[in-house]
Amino acid sequence: MSTAEPPPGPGPATGPGPGGFTPLIEMRGVNKHFGALHVLQDIELTIGRGEVVVVIGPSGSGKSTLCRAVNRLEPIESGTILIDGQPLPEEGKGLARLRAEVGMVFQSFNLFAHRTVLQNVSLAQIKVRGRARAEADAKSRALLERVGLADQADKYPAQLSGGQQQRVAIARALAMDPKALLFDEPTSALDPEMINEVLDVMRRLAHEGMTMIVVTHEMGFARSAANRVVFMADGRIVEDRAPEEFFDAPESDRARDFLSKILKH
Amino acid sequence: MKTLTDNWSTYWEGFLGTLSLFLVSAVLALVLGVLIASFRVSPVRPLRVFGTAWVTLLRNTPLTLLFFIVVLGLPRFDITLPFFTFAVLALGCYTSAFVCEAMRAGVNTVPVGQGEAARSLGMSFGQTMGLVVLPQAYRSVVAPIGSVMIALAKNTAIAGSFSVTELLGTYRTINELGYSIVWTFVWIAVGYLIITLAVSLVFNLLERRVAVAR
Repeated sequence: MSTAEPPPGPGPATGPGPGGFTPLIEMRGVNKHFGALHVLQDIELTIGRGEVVVVIGPSGSGKSTLCRAVNRLEPIESGTILIDGQPLPEEGKGLARLRAEVGMVFQSFNLFAHRTVLQNVSLAQIKVRGRARAEADAKSRALLERVGLADQADKYPAQLSGGQQQRVAIARALAMDPKALLFDEPTSALDPEMINEVLDVMRRLAHEGMTMIVVTHEMGFARSAANRVVFMADGRIVEDRAPEEFFDAPESDRARDFLSKILKH
Repeated sequence: MKTLTDNWSTYWEGFLGTLSLFLVSAVLALVLGVLIASFRVSPVRPLRVFGTAWVTLLRNTPLTLLFFIVVLGLPRFDITLPFFTFAVLALGCYTSAFVCEAMRAGVNTVPVGQGEAARSLGMSFGQTMGLVVLPQAYRSVVAPIGSVMIALAKNTAIAGSFSVTELLGTYRTINELGYSIVWTFVWIAVGYLIITLAVSLVFNLLERRVAVAR
């Protein structure tokens, strides 16, 4: 298997991250089916340290599956996924250790419903990272402060708005000091007026140099914060380019069609 | 009332027998049930197979038959235990299959995303179950487990036919002394009611407690 820079679909391979390009997440020849549906087809994708890659595409194109494959919430059938040079373990302790290095933010927030906001952010720090409770709580409070929710620490998730819950979820992922963050449609379940409070937090993380894979329909975020836009359709990566190039002059018919549908009104 | 007062010690012994059979079997059933439920949802295939086989076998065997298997079968393998222990084994294992299925139903009420979030943070299967999924499953299984426990309390009556002192079996002694059969059974029923109503009460309280803890 070739380890050279992958040719990502028909588009030119662009997108050096800030500074030198050291790969952090690499997907090589990744395939997956859901029954008869070939949801990931020969995916080749390399994401550099500090890069922000936005994945867009029509629903059913496999973009969420791609995101979830990175920490093996979706097991793949063939190909390899490397994180920081290490292949993703199949199961067990090794996989758990690697997952702790890759934070994930879900469409439906998935905060632990039976725990307070503070406990949500502290739990894995204590149980997985082995930090003392006081140390973990101090870090959690600092992170909640950072996402503007310091005063909500003792509430339960159900008492917060969607936007607040998603910001807590981001704080919970950050609490593990991850090398990269995966966002699986983080604003799709939010009321319109709450989308920006979440995107603002994500924009700040991007500027601070966090490596991020963001599956989203927010084109504004893709334009303003992404280093690269990956466009997927029917389980393939169709384009992989800088956002200005992609939005101003998409090369494939699929992308042109998709953009005309979402940007018209 | 004379039936009760004259035979107080017989009734009392039987009542205590039923109560201790129930309590010990309940503990065994709950521990085994939660364990087997974890097996059935675990990512390890052999554990899942074992859990499924356990439930299928025990849930579909008549309890009386299970008693015969334990009481007559185990001694053939040179396992001889007091009748009380045999009865607890039969009752506990049988009931554990029902506890397991109630727990599994409870686990299924917890949204998949809860477990995914836990795993995405690097938690092991055990941590995901113990810290995130089971605590949320408990609140929806309190009522069905209560029913299973009440059924267990009544099922202890079968042990009387296998030389274990328990409440229902007292009718033989009392009846031989010539007391009214109707009143003998009325007082036995009252004894069972005391236990089953107490179980209901405990589970109602539990239900109220887990309901507010959110």
